[in-house]
Amino acid sequence: MATQTQTQPKLGETAIEIAKLNKWYGTFHVLRDIDLNVSRGERIVIAGPSGSGKSTLIRCINRLEEHQAGRIIVDGTELTNDLKNIDKVRSEVGMVFQHFNLFPHLTILENCTLAPIWVRKVPKREAEETAMHFLEKVKIPEQALKYPGQLSGGQQQRVAIARSLCMRPRIMLFDEPTSALDPEMIKEVLDTMIELAEDGMTMLCVTHEMGFAQAVAHRVIFMDQGQIVEQNTPKEFFNNPKSERTKLFLSQILGH
Amino acid sequence: MSQTQSVAFVRDSMLPPEPPPTRASGAILWLRENLFSGPLNIALTLLGLGILWLLFSTLWPWLSHSVWNANSMAECRQIIAAAHGPDASGACFAVIKHRWNQFVFGFYPVDLYWRPVLAFGSLFLALAPVLFADNPRARRIVIGLAAVLTFLISAVLGANGVELGAMAVLLLAWVALIEARRDWALLATLIYPFLATWLLWGGTLWEPAMVLAGFVIGFFVWRALSAYGMFAFAAAVLVAAFWWLALSDIVARGIATVLPMRLTPVTSDQFGGFVLSITIGVAGIALSLPLGIILALARRSDLPVIKMMAVLFIEFIRGVPLITLLFVASLLLNYFLPPGTNFDIILRVIIMVTLFASAYMAEVIRGGLAALPKGQYEAADALGLDYWKAQRLVILPQALKISIPGIVSTFIGMFKDTTLVVFVGLFDPLKAMSDTIRASFEWKGAYWEPYIFVGSIFFILCFGMSRYSMHLERRLKRDHR
Repeated sequence: MATQTQTQPKLGETAIEIAKLNKWYGTFHVLRDIDLNVSRGERIVIAGPSGSGKSTLIRCINRLEEHQAGRIIVDGTELTNDLKNIDKVRSEVGMVFQHFNLFPHLTILENCTLAPIWVRKVPKREAEETAMHFLEKVKIPEQALKYPGQLSGGQQQRVAIARSLCMRPRIMLFDEPTSALDPEMIKEVLDTMIELAEDGMTMLCVTHEMGFAQAVAHRVIFMDQGQIVEQNTPKEFFNNPKSERTKLFLSQILGH
Repeated sequence: MSQTQSVAFVRDSMLPPEPPPTRASGAILWLRENLFSGPLNIALTLLGLGILWLLFSTLWPWLSHSVWNANSMAECRQIIAAAHGPDASGACFAVIKHRWNQFVFGFYPVDLYWRPVLAFGSLFLALAPVLFADNPRARRIVIGLAAVLTFLISAVLGANGVELGAMAVLLLAWVALIEARRDWALLATLIYPFLATWLLWGGTLWEPAMVLAGFVIGFFVWRALSAYGMFAFAAAVLVAAFWWLALSDIVARGIATVLPMRLTPVTSDQFGGFVLSITIGVAGIALSLPLGIILALARRSDLPVIKMMAVLFIEFIRGVPLITLLFVASLLLNYFLPPGTNFDIILRVIIMVTLFASAYMAEVIRGGLAALPKGQYEAADALGLDYWKAQRLVILPQALKISIPGIVSTFIGMFKDTTLVVFVGLFDPLKAMSDTIRASFEWKGAYWEPYIFVGSIFFILCFGMSRYSMHLERRLKRDHR
């Protein structure tokens, strides 16, 4: 990673509060008693073996998955069955997916202006200016009038980040944003994310990019079997892991 | 020299891209590759040629001996016998020349032919802003041709000066509107069904206008209360229903006494031929698409009651033949309606055909919805779009695009099924109209010619729809791979 931005967050107000969160898929207990507080401006990397519930956890934060027990409070709004609250949280929380999920029938620019125009009721001109601003930030303004199918994977993922940013979210969720990319494209996406981190965005990233975790995370959370096994600063986490499960995981992903 | 040294390799120059090799071509080569590549292929090719020859040699004399100028079948046969010998057979297309107007207009009053012509001609003006939204060249060709042909055909069919003058003003104003203000032209498209109803059935303009007013009133009620969600929708439906049932007739009659705007009324039993088919077909197509979309969404809904109602409706309608529904429309409905209600037969048939087509449409569209990756729904949700906005802006545009071939197939099937209205006593072009014409003494025995004529027109209309759908698929292609 190019830059080291490991400043401590000004731990102030709470952005996300998760208490005693439990979730089941049928009879399978995916999330067990998760407690997690995220401060504004904090950057958290969630790691763990596949099936450990890390994606499910961040998908609960914008209610793409429903939880059965416990509380999730995002920016002071508790997630319940109330659709108004859910839509409010979703418009405040941006999400970037593993498979980009751009809308293939719309141009890049239209992808970026759709939600601001229809959810935030921003005038079209203004939404387009904002979109171009963020497309410049992710360094692909020249692709604005193309369709997603014409872009490379890395470019598509950067558009997806810009699309989320156009809603001016206070929190960004990343669900394995580089897992579907070729090695050469991973860097361009990570660079974009690092830049975002430098701007002070509250970020939760599920990722296997340990270099990224070391460079930008304030806290690394390690999950296994639906539970938080260990959390620590990246330095401590990588150099001095406490639990056996963490040590095994780190030896497997850093071992070669 | 060791093994590692011989493996090492560094490229010092990159190869430039080259054009692909030209494939060997030529007619003979093509024939050999495609038609005569092996013993089986040779046999099949020869068999195919034989069948083609058989068809051609039977049909050609009949077609080439065809007679266009005669006053009866007997005269036709005399002319053919005189020209080609007593045993020669030949087509007698004179029946088409004599009676084409009945195939097209049924028993519509002859001096009013201009009205269906204007109604269907302006259909293209109504559709062009929608069908050719981002293809101005095609749009201009279509609206130009439609306006000019409508005017010329009406003039040839005997519309009088006043009628032609009014028509010219309407057509010119509409064309100008489409070219100047696309958004207002879409409003004209919404008004079109009511204009066409007035033109086809006549009577006072204010009756269809007041039905339209009901929709407008409902829309504004919904807009005013839209903050209350489903309640607004229910209130809008109630207010509109109240308007239609209690007020619209009185208001229509009131305005009509001041400003009649009357056209000679034409009753539904005077409709026939292609005017009838196209009226039912176009109305059915226009209504079954939105109904099919709603049914498809309902069937995929998380709400169990809505889902169950959609499943029941779709499975019931698909489970019975269309003719059953048409009989229900013509016979049974009368038992359930209060005595003395006169519920137009064409309207009843349109309702049944629409319900029938919408059940099939719903399944076609459900297929398109199911084909979309889950990530599209999730991305729309994650951006904060609510259910209806996500459907309208993200899901349906993609699902409908995937479903175009199926949707157009349903349209074409439904349009051809309109000939089944013969079973409820309406004069479809294929059976009822040809029977009627054969019933007259002069044209007794004309079987093939009417079928060929009616079949050709159906083919042209259906083929047109099919070509448009292929054009649309190409235009909406976005994957660029």
